[in-house]
Amino acid sequence: MAEIEVKTEKKSRVPMPEQDPKVRAHNFLEVPTGYTMKMAQEEAERCLQCKKPGCVSGCPVGVDIPAFIDLIVQGDMSGAIRNLWKKNALPAVCGRVCPQEIQCEGKCIVGKKGEPVAIGNLERFCADYEREHGTGELPPKQSSTGKKVAVVGSGPSGLTVAGDLITKGHDVTIYEAFHKPGGVLVYGIPEFRLPKAIVAQEVNFLERLGVRVECNAVVGRTVSLDELFEEGYDAVYVGVGAGLPKFMNLPGENLVGILSANEYLTRANLMKAYKYPEVDTPIPKGKNVVVLGAGNVAMDSARTAMRLGAETVKIVYRRSREEMPARKAEIHHAEEEGIELFLLTNPTRYLGNEKGRLTGMECLRMELGEPDDSGRRRPVAIKGSEFEIECDLCIVAVGSGANPLLTSETTDMQLNKWGYIITDPSTGKTTKKGVWAGGDIVTGAATVILAMGAGRQAANSIHDYLTLGW
Amino acid sequence: MFKIVRREELTGGTVILNEIEAPLIAKKARPGQFVILKANEDGERIPLTMADTDPEKGTITIIYMVVGKSTALFKELQVGDSYQDVIGPLGKATHLEKVGKVICVGGGTGVAVLHPITRALKDIGNDVTCIIGARTKDLLILEDQMKNASHDLRVCTDDGSYGHHGFVTQVMQEILEAGDVKLVVAIGPVPMMKAVSKITKEYNVPTMVSLNPIMVDGTGMCGGCRVTVGGKTQFACVDGPEFDGHQVDFDELIMRLQAYQEEERESHKHYCTIRDAR
Repeated sequence: MAEIEVKTEKKSRVPMPEQDPKVRAHNFLEVPTGYTMKMAQEEAERCLQCKKPGCVSGCPVGVDIPAFIDLIVQGDMSGAIRNLWKKNALPAVCGRVCPQEIQCEGKCIVGKKGEPVAIGNLERFCADYEREHGTGELPPKQSSTGKKVAVVGSGPSGLTVAGDLITKGHDVTIYEAFHKPGGVLVYGIPEFRLPKAIVAQEVNFLERLGVRVECNAVVGRTVSLDELFEEGYDAVYVGVGAGLPKFMNLPGENLVGILSANEYLTRANLMKAYKYPEVDTPIPKGKNVVVLGAGNVAMDSARTAMRLGAETVKIVYRRSREEMPARKAEIHHAEEEGIELFLLTNPTRYLGNEKGRLTGMECLRMELGEPDDSGRRRPVAIKGSEFEIECDLCIVAVGSGANPLLTSETTDMQLNKWGYIITDPSTGKTTKKGVWAGGDIVTGAATVILAMGAGRQAANSIHDYLTLGW
Repeated sequence: MFKIVRREELTGGTVILNEIEAPLIAKKARPGQFVILKANEDGERIPLTMADTDPEKGTITIIYMVVGKSTALFKELQVGDSYQDVIGPLGKATHLEKVGKVICVGGGTGVAVLHPITRALKDIGNDVTCIIGARTKDLLILEDQMKNASHDLRVCTDDGSYGHHGFVTQVMQEILEAGDVKLVVAIGPVPMMKAVSKITKEYNVPTMVSLNPIMVDGTGMCGGCRVTVGGKTQFACVDGPEFDGHQVDFDELIMRLQAYQEEERESHKHYCTIRDAR
């Protein structure tokens, strides 16, 4: 009995070193600092190398997880990154921002009785190791097919499509509306969660493979989808993201000091406004900041406000902690940095001064009632519970809708009633010949890895089309 | 990169004209649309409505007033230099229709924006009277161009140094009194557009204004450019930049335009220190 216990004794998960919360709440450096080789190998040894690995089935792009982990154990880092690249063009990104707890790690057998293998941390380690010590040798590429593909949008799904199709021998050009490629990875996710140098490196990797990137190209304005076909493209992938900020439609919403999370994060991340005035784009520095919403974007906004010197940052959310859509790790990080959660609190109106600037918000306390359509208990206002929160900056992070800029200019591509593009769920084909779509403009706001999964699926279908036909 | 092929200093250097190589935009742009320009890597994205385009040459023309750090940086760019980024054409084009008698009212650099719209309205057969104004004679721009683009040009200066002594609104009101005006297009400083819209409302003459609020992406993604029009929130970048002047909440727009006033002062000071050290 004792002998068996010794054999099954489990080593605990190697924790990821992190910057101290008190220090990091005032800088924009990455919070987790990464494994060392020793840590990575120790963690990799916890993998049981299951014959039927649950982790792989939990991965939207089907990374061969046990194989790359085994290569880390063997110290073959070049082999490990090449294995990852077979299924994932953006491992440095995914290792950082995937919700592993509900995907690969959520299905890890080791996790049944203890903590799962830290697959995300290991993936990140492989990508970082390659960036810092790798040979820079590119993965193999098939010979040219002579077919041209345009990818609209350079976010996670577009980059995946580009990476997949360039290695299959097609000619790929990415069109990006902003002046810098990366989509949500550069304008949305903050530097302290995903350093922009890493995104630039991942894009550079695709460029070295032969992908062309055209920035400042607003498809739907600068050029239309039909014009892309006229220019000789054989297929087009649309991965433009959701990109339409939702507001609460409360009285006073256009006061100065109320920004969509899209605007706030774009100023901070893409425009690097946290370096103002060294850079030219300003960002409002609130003293008392309220963030509406409780998803990952809300956490990113709140943590950015804290780093920009806010005295108080409050997340205002009408449901309870259990229903918060953000990853547990993000909520934990936010609270560690001093962000307060005002749960079961619903804003009712914005308050302003004679200069049209925000001075506070009026809120109502809520209690949970019967479950609603989403299965979550419906928050119900407590009568007479109105109270005011003082604030000079409010960031609205309550979700995104479908941006109509491209879709409204493309009349022969069907949309659903919310304006998202209708696609064949198994291929990503739209109702317009030669056009595929994926990511948030199809599903509504979701995660980086789901967008990449959609990109992978569409890339396979585009390849079939280019080699076999529609 | 987007090369400057022509550069002129107007009004003694406070207003600058740049003709820029941007063939894709020049081919697509319609009157009333705007571009976003960024001078360099750390630059701000500045929206400016185009003053002209030349599809054959592949160029666009912008005219801007030097007001803060970003435009001061733009001013440093000479012929042969390039803007790092130019994005467009953005926004909806002007709705052009033959309606009959039209008044085009322009103030400040708004005259530059008004120019292609005036020309287009004349080209499709409208009877176009143009009124342009400035504080003083030296600050007037595009007088000859506006004369060519319209049937009748009236000029006003606040100080009486040239043309009519007084505001554009006074001259406009005289013409409105004569009757039969079917459309007014007003582009210039917000207080001017507000004043024009107030008067034309009394005469019940449809009025179009072009707004230039603070924005980041110009594609409907950030919502920074929200304006209240007819009680509803609109995004100037995709729903505009032109709106019904009788419906626009100009007071809100004025307040929103001042959102970064303090930051802009700080930035400009920072720029001047660096520039003077050079």
